[in-house]
Amino acid sequence: MNLVDPRTSVIKERLARITRIIAVSSGKGGVGKSMVATTLALTLAHNGCKVGLFDLDFTSPSTHVILGAQKVQPKEEKGIIPPTIHGLEYMSLVYFVGDNPAPLRGEDVSNALIELLAITQWGPLDFLVIDMPPGIGDAILDLVRLIERIEFLIVTTPSLLAFETVKKQANLLRELKMPIVGIIENMKMDVAVGIAEETGKLGIKYLGEIPYDPQVEGAIGNEKELLNTAIAKKLKQVAKGMIRKKESGS
Amino acid sequence: MHEWALAEAILTSAKQVAELEGLKEVVEVTIMVGELQQVEPPILRFALSQTKTGILKDAKFRILKAKSTLKCRVCGTTWQFNIKKLDKDTAEAIHFVPEVAHTYIKCPKCGSPDFEIVSGRGVWLENIKGAK
Repeated sequence: MNLVDPRTSVIKERLARITRIIAVSSGKGGVGKSMVATTLALTLAHNGCKVGLFDLDFTSPSTHVILGAQKVQPKEEKGIIPPTIHGLEYMSLVYFVGDNPAPLRGEDVSNALIELLAITQWGPLDFLVIDMPPGIGDAILDLVRLIERIEFLIVTTPSLLAFETVKKQANLLRELKMPIVGIIENMKMDVAVGIAEETGKLGIKYLGEIPYDPQVEGAIGNEKELLNTAIAKKLKQVAKGMIRKKESGS
Repeated sequence: MHEWALAEAILTSAKQVAELEGLKEVVEVTIMVGELQQVEPPILRFALSQTKTGILKDAKFRILKAKSTLKCRVCGTTWQFNIKKLDKDTAEAIHFVPEVAHTYIKCPKCGSPDFEIVSGRGVWLENIKGAK
């Protein structure tokens, strides 16, 4: 027989108690994925859902900073159990590398991802929100291969440069027959670029625009202030739509 | 313990392979354990013995260790992973996610963290014997 990697065989089981798995992603970096993913997870939790947040941006993790997570570690019990931070079951490579850089190549990213998916014991969750690294490389391809129920929420900015890569990502996901929750336009300023119309042309739901909010930087690390930002206000509507969809089972 | 999560993965995977090969009973499973992940064979063996069921219930488990060899992508130096050079917290981090070795281990010649794990990374099934 060929050598068999046993890890992938348990991933389905590890995720079996999670109703919906939402990967917050973008073809482009710097569009606010981590802020959207973290705030969406917090907003869902504040609406009574059981939520997990999984930071898959291994080389540049930041959700722990946004959450203000300090001095927490996962518990060992037949694998690892994510600690709960502000009501979220939270997993990140940061537990294992601290503030040090993790210079990983593509194959290492894939292996680390498989390892964490295989050993993390998530509880029963309504939503697992995944903060993806930018781009359309290994992480997206691995998640599509390993998690059959994954859905993608795509973040863009009003910049045509960002949307150009978002279009490529959307086309890739459609070729792979992966569900796309929608595209959200972050950091909207007074520029009429027409992302809503362009999203419509792709046949993808436009989830709305989040105005550029200069106050958001000051809310980093403070859960209550985060939930009062313009991002949170918009994501509250998105979260309610996701909860309705989960409850209706469609 | 991590070994319990691995045991579950090994049993699930071994069952899938056995079924694909049309085995009705598995007699022996050979497992290769890479040195980098520092899996404790006695704990893994105990976890397997406590959780094996179905066509694997009478299976024996051979656990072999593979040396971990690292090769620098910058200067080409090849060296062996040495657990004794790591502190407890670092060793434990690598135990859970071997790739974080790139955070803590550097090429002994040029100091680069850009190295390839040539062998001995994780755990894999090498052979399954059984009756059809």
